[in-house]
Amino acid sequence: MTNSAVPQRGFAEAGADLELVGITKRFPGFTAIENLDLKIPAGSFFALLGPSGCGKTTTLRLIAGLEDATAGRILIGGKDVTETKAYQRPVNTVFQSYALFPHMTVLENVAFGLRRRRVGGAEALAHEALSLVELDHLSARKPAQLSGGQQQRVALARAVVNRPALLLLDEPLGALDLKLRRQMQIELKHIQSTVGLTFLHVTHDQEEAMTMADTVAVMNKGVIEQMGPPEELYELPHTTFVATFLGQSNLATGAVVTSTGTTVVVDVAGQKVSVPRERTRRHNGEVTVGVRPEKVALHATEPARDANRNVLGPGRVTDVSFSGVSTQYEVTVPALGVFTVFAQNTSIARMHHDGDEVWLSWEVGHTFGLADGDASSPASRFLDDTDTSMIATQRREQLETELEEA
Amino acid sequence: MAFGAFATATSAAEPAARRKSPVALLLLLPGLLYLALFFLVPLLSLVITSLQQPDPLVFGRFENAFRIENYATVLAQYWPQAVRSFGFAALATLFALLIGFPLAYFIGITLRRWPLLQALALVLVIAPFFISFLLRTIAWKQLFSDEGPVVGFLQALAILPGDAAITGSAFAVVFGLTYNFIPFMTLPIYTSLERLDLRYVEAGGDLYASPASTFLRVTLPLAAPGIMSGTLLTFIPAAGDYVNASREFLGSTETAMIGNVIEANFLVLQNFPAAAALSLVLMAAILVLVSVYVKRSGTEDLL
Repeated sequence: MTNSAVPQRGFAEAGADLELVGITKRFPGFTAIENLDLKIPAGSFFALLGPSGCGKTTTLRLIAGLEDATAGRILIGGKDVTETKAYQRPVNTVFQSYALFPHMTVLENVAFGLRRRRVGGAEALAHEALSLVELDHLSARKPAQLSGGQQQRVALARAVVNRPALLLLDEPLGALDLKLRRQMQIELKHIQSTVGLTFLHVTHDQEEAMTMADTVAVMNKGVIEQMGPPEELYELPHTTFVATFLGQSNLATGAVVTSTGTTVVVDVAGQKVSVPRERTRRHNGEVTVGVRPEKVALHATEPARDANRNVLGPGRVTDVSFSGVSTQYEVTVPALGVFTVFAQNTSIARMHHDGDEVWLSWEVGHTFGLADGDASSPASRFLDDTDTSMIATQRREQLETELEEA
Repeated sequence: MAFGAFATATSAAEPAARRKSPVALLLLLPGLLYLALFFLVPLLSLVITSLQQPDPLVFGRFENAFRIENYATVLAQYWPQAVRSFGFAALATLFALLIGFPLAYFIGITLRRWPLLQALALVLVIAPFFISFLLRTIAWKQLFSDEGPVVGFLQALAILPGDAAITGSAFAVVFGLTYNFIPFMTLPIYTSLERLDLRYVEAGGDLYASPASTFLRVTLPLAAPGIMSGTLLTFIPAAGDYVNASREFLGSTETAMIGNVIEANFLVLQNFPAAAALSLVLMAAILVLVSVYVKRSGTEDLL
């Protein structure tokens, strides 16, 4: 699908930026989105990440015009489209349920949007879009005769063929197997960068969000908890939710004992953990500090205390799982709970065994302090979190078995 | 008989039949016996009767023969009534569709969010069946009668001249047919629309189709199976109907349909071969019309 082959009439020349101002959506009985402000620059690949029921799909439907906002304004390319009907917005959606028209062939489905806008050569363009998703040979079939993955690719072709200024993706890769998923991720990214469209991708798969998007916004309970490039979100989460939903985190809560111009020291169950002042959201009172599992090193003997490293221990290894590239250790530290450690398998000998006494250490610069939360007394929201991570784990396992079978 | 065409057309889309098993045949047996006894035997008897010739000695008695010219005679004599039947039935089907579709749409889609209201509305559609349709048709005759409220009102507004009547007119007959068959049109369309996944409609809007365009290209095709059954359920019985068009109800001799002619030949004139021939002509004509209709609308492909 080269750019030159596409007649420009009726197509977006480039992506448009999207702005949500104070969007609130209330359904009878609950609030799905609370005063949401969001700006997505033109041509970016933006991922809205969150657990099921966090309001991300509602946000998408508001932008597509399929729901009306209770309050707030939606601007696409600087134009206020809040009052505009769905069919008049320069937006296309890849629906989670595909929503392919069952009474039309695959080709008719893909050409539908072009024909409604009276774009010339709709059929040829539809064939091109179908070739892009490697399904042109099935263009005469009805959607019911395709597999779930194929239907999803047709849905993608049906949206992309219109070259909308803004493409909305509602968990579009959920039904694909791992290989196709990777392929489609790369393909999507390719389409996005060559055509320069703005993509808004809604997903609960944190890995997908991080690999594909320029900017990730983590959404929970109708509010964006944190927004930024994937690396930033991963290395410096601001809230407990982000720290645990996006990757894994080891968290501990304690009172601040000393606070200098550069470092804040927190007392967690009698042990001191330092965090750089600019890496913590709170500087006094109770602070939850954390570190990512792969940043933590294990020691068989107590390491020498060093101002640049945090040391916790002793603890006991309670679980070891070998996964080829790395080994995951579960270490139980008295009064602090279980810490997870990912160790790269750079040496052949396995260094720690179940039941070994170990110390944990990591660089002070890798520590982060959160704005909220008390890791030792999880609030009700943690129920949702476990739920979602379980869904994610199940899905990953499912994909892996599928890949093995293939 | 006419439904045979419909059934074969739809079964084409089904997967290949499974291997025959004795149990299946056994289970089919009562149905087959029923069909043989109450459809095949009367049909054969009808065919035989239609070819009989009058007994030269006794009036009103007929003997077996092979008088194929019976058909030519009845067609020559009664073709206006036959044409009128199909014309009236087609009009009634059209009006029932125009009234029944919006009704079905309202109940099946608009009322989806209020299941209680939906159930109530469905009951209201079926409610007329609680009273015999003969009584209801007579009630309309009363309403439309020369001294009745409708004629009086229209005369007062000078829409109808002083000596005009509604009963006995083509309008009254088509009105009666439409009225009586609206539930038969509404219910099948309702079942189609009630299942309609509104996400298809959303997808239509997302793909630049205006509400009207989405309706024409998405909603209507997806409701086609219901429209198909509704029109067949209306057209076939309406074409053979002899109640609405009869003089005792809404019609007059000028509005007689093929059903009235068959009735008259069987019960009044006692010309059984003519009546039987007319019945078979009606049956064949409906069969041809319906098969062409089913083929043309391509319902075989629908899910």
